[in-house]
Amino acid sequence: MTDTPAASTGGGSTTAPGAAVLDVDPGIKTASSPKIAPWEERHTSYDVESFEVPRGREEQWRFTPLRRLRGLHDGSASIDGAIGVSVRAGFGDSATDLTGSGTRHETVGPDDPRRGDGGIPADRVAAQAWSSVEQVHVVTVNEARSDDEPLTITVTGPGAGSTAYAHLQLRLERHAEAVVVLDHRGSGTIAANTEFVVADGAKLEVVEVHDWADDAVYVGAQHLSVGRDATIRHTSVTLGGDLVRLSPVINYRAPGGDVELDGLYFADGGQHFEQRLLVDHSIPHCRSRVMYKGALQGAERGTAAHTVWIGDVLIRKAAEGTDTYELNRNLLLTDNARADSVPNLEIETGEILGAGHASATGRFDDEQLFYLMARGIPEAQARRLVVRGFFGEVIQKVRVPALRDRLEAAIEAELEVVGV
Amino acid sequence: MSTLEIRDLHVEVETESGPKEILRGVDLTVSSNETHAIMGPNGSGKSTLAYSIAGHPKYTVTKGQVLLDGEDVLEMAVDERARAGLFLAMQYPVEVPGVSMSNFLRSAATATRGEAPKVRHWVKEVKGAMSDLDIDPAFAERSVNEGFSGGEKKRHEVLQMALLKPRIAVLDETDSGLDVDALRVVSKGVNDYKATSDVGILLITHYTRILRYIAPDRVHVFVNGRVAESGGPELAEELETNGYERFTDTAESTKEEQPA
Ligand SMILES: Nc1ncnc2c1ncn2[C@@H]1O[C@H](COP(=O)(O)OP(=O)(O)OP(=O)(O)O)[C@@H](O)[C@H]1O
Ligand SMILES: [Mg+2]
Repeated sequence: MTDTPAASTGGGSTTAPGAAVLDVDPGIKTASSPKIAPWEERHTSYDVESFEVPRGREEQWRFTPLRRLRGLHDGSASIDGAIGVSVRAGFGDSATDLTGSGTRHETVGPDDPRRGDGGIPADRVAAQAWSSVEQVHVVTVNEARSDDEPLTITVTGPGAGSTAYAHLQLRLERHAEAVVVLDHRGSGTIAANTEFVVADGAKLEVVEVHDWADDAVYVGAQHLSVGRDATIRHTSVTLGGDLVRLSPVINYRAPGGDVELDGLYFADGGQHFEQRLLVDHSIPHCRSRVMYKGALQGAERGTAAHTVWIGDVLIRKAAEGTDTYELNRNLLLTDNARADSVPNLEIETGEILGAGHASATGRFDDEQLFYLMARGIPEAQARRLVVRGFFGEVIQKVRVPALRDRLEAAIEAELEVVGV
Repeated sequence: MSTLEIRDLHVEVETESGPKEILRGVDLTVSSNETHAIMGPNGSGKSTLAYSIAGHPKYTVTKGQVLLDGEDVLEMAVDERARAGLFLAMQYPVEVPGVSMSNFLRSAATATRGEAPKVRHWVKEVKGAMSDLDIDPAFAERSVNEGFSGGEKKRHEVLQMALLKPRIAVLDETDSGLDVDALRVVSKGVNDYKATSDVGILLITHYTRILRYIAPDRVHVFVNGRVAESGGPELAEELETNGYERFTDTAESTKEEQPA
């Protein structure tokens, strides 16, 4: 598999062998689509009624199987559950309750003035969750926490057959530092807004894990607000769930913001994992790096594994000195899987440091497999080495060793499923 | 004592206009402690022969046999061939991003030896083999062949041979792309392994300069998908002076006499 940097801005690729088992609109043609997400018309609002009910043809929704959203998008979902949120110091078995006042967890009402500091909903499901949620979890870090003591925020679904709205805000005050694991687990149907508000000079390293049970549907908007000279490294990991749709938006507030967005997803038959990124360079001298990697395999109940990656990067006229690069790579482990990948770069000023994008979707590289096997390594092990190698770049950057181990084990387990 | 026997080997590749025969009846036998050089013009099928022995899926054997000590190599999967004692140093080694050289070498050694080498002993062994080939220890942490220069890749092919200790090794243009010093180092690596083992070597090359370091027992001229002539080391000298003209002419005239 080789990277083929897209020659023009926009465009993208759709890989759909075994089209017979797809449950998405076969009429999609990404490569010839008109300009994606016309910026001037991008609508943001807290009011759900200001968004039309999606029908499936809209640019924002055209990849999403709406009938699997269980009414989150058209107001027909009835809320009968709540999410659970726990915040602990450390990760894994050794995690303990929070102590001291440097980091605190509050539950507040929807009219809390801090709500919205991260950003504003840009689609109907996010606005629905915003308007309807009754409880907001705010986790505030006002200290430079040591790397050795990550924060673990565990979000648990409302349970199978139940539906909940969620709102979580993670705030890093000026010059605060934290490594955070935001761990999503459990069952149910959830529409969520997650705000990451990183103040001037603060440093957030967050790994957002979606390790949902097989039944879960999660549609979430991530609003990232980047203060002056603030740093965010956000790693998004999607491993489980029936349908997971994530829409992170980067809002720079002042010069010097530095954001790295990494992603790892592994979709099996029947699963729909969708990531829609918007990096909005509206401010001069900010940096962004995006690297998302996905693997797909198999079909189940007539539905192929399907992933969607939309990477919108906008460099507005004012954003001189911008430095950005985005990359998406997908590895198709079996033929009957479908990966859509659409990097999209819109540049309104020439005064930038650099801007680039690349997207590649490929099958297992038989030459790599041959090379490893020619040294005596059995096929299954050779395949595991290649897949681990593929994700290695993303996993190596995760600074919580126990989480790294968990992610590696999860990938191994995925590979066991198809006997790769 | 091992013997690799290639008998009347015919091999095709799939092309856009249907299958194309590349090997047209190769006969060749290599035994332990022998070094055979194969020389032949570009496109004559030397790499095809090497890949077919290793079992590359691109090549289809339509006729003939490859036997290692009487065992049918063509029946074996690629990894089984390697574990049976066959090794191919490739003309174009493959990059495997994200897999470290050290992890790769250890996985390969574990597979070919049938058990994981003892850690302390292994670390020493790898270090020693790397320093014999003038390879910087930092390469151990780099991804397999990724971003290696041509010469660095070739050194690592020989490193793998030294660590995996095959019974029969096919070296496909391991000398190409090496500067004079590297050629000496790599040749010494091959000779050291020859000296400490019974390896039989099939050395594919375009240049007699490597044959000054690694002395062949036999030289085969490979033309148009088969061995056109075999002889002693003096044959290499003749090729150096006169080129392949004499053999390609023969090949052409044979073709004309017996149009397929
Ligand atoms: N897919 C293919 N389609 C058409 N011809 C092919 C294909 N693959 C290989 N060949 C041809 O097979 C022939 C033999 O190739 P091979 O690589 O074995 O030659 P070689 O003797 O190793 O050459 P060199 O000295 O340049 O390394 C070449 O003419 C090559 O073009
Ligand atoms: Mg060749």
